[in-house]
Amino acid sequence: MKISELAEKCGFIALNFAEDRDVEGCYIGDLLSWVMGRAKENNVWLTVMGNVNAIAVAVLADVSAIVLTENSALDSEALERAKQRGVNIYSTEDNTYETAKKIIAAIE
Amino acid sequence: MSMLELKYIVPGDDFTRAGEASGDVKHKLKKIGYNPDAIRRVSIAMYEGEINMVIHAGGGEAEVNIDPDRVEILLIDHGPGIADVEKAMQAGFSTAPDNVRSLGFGAGMGLPNMKKYSDEMYIETEVGKGSTVRMIVYAQR
Ligand SMILES: Nc1ncnc2c1ncn2[C@@H]1O[C@H](COP(=O)(O)OP(=O)(O)OP(=O)(O)O)[C@@H](O)[C@H]1O
Ligand SMILES: [Mg+2]
Repeated sequence: MKISELAEKCGFIALNFAEDRDVEGCYIGDLLSWVMGRAKENNVWLTVMGNVNAIAVAVLADVSAIVLTENSALDSEALERAKQRGVNIYSTEDNTYETAKKIIAAIE
Repeated sequence: MSMLELKYIVPGDDFTRAGEASGDVKHKLKKIGYNPDAIRRVSIAMYEGEINMVIHAGGGEAEVNIDPDRVEILLIDHGPGIADVEKAMQAGFSTAPDNVRSLGFGAGMGLPNMKKYSDEMYIETEVGKGSTVRMIVYAQR
């Protein structure tokens, strides 16, 4: 499935859309080096961390998008960096559990 | 002499710039068509080392030597050094301060990730003098 299709099905709001990437599975976590070590390429990453370092992790782990749950803030520097680096970022008001449930329903 | 030799200064006080060196290396490896799995491993291992220099050592220097069969990464700092390397290598061990933890660091997973993603890793460190981390990633694992 493409990230745009998943976003539509789950009602995510695009904060930065760079490229319509494939989604294969999901990873959840806020501790950056934990995520970096375990998230897989093309995972959609659910987190509350909307800072520049999260963008760096998204680039290096090569996730298909960051989804900021519970309307967590994306700081302006992070948005700028996401634009430069071509990182897809979405926002949702749902908590991470609800978001994961929606993703499972959409993907399966 | 390696095929491609890169050098970076990693500033010590700037979290927003941490990751620039590893990002640049990733970009250059992609451009020359390096094995994607090796690129991923190099970038992750180097980012962790880079961010450690920023958080724990007040910055440092990075040197990357790229050859067709392997990438060598050297991270050199003049920070406080690591008193107990074995302990520092344990998953979950961290001395990261609270302000850094609130940014998402401090899981104590950086050094374990570096070990996991590199093929060889050597740490030379002296308390009060600094640390040098040398990692090698082979193009084919
Ligand atoms: N370059 C360094 N200079 C001095 N101490 C270091 C250096 N790198 C690591 N350390 C020490 O080793 C500990 C473990 O490092 P590691 O990268 O595994 O975890 P962390 O940086 O604390 O957290 P994380 O990497 O998960 O965000 C650090 O908390 C710090 O005490
Ligand atoms: Mg670390």
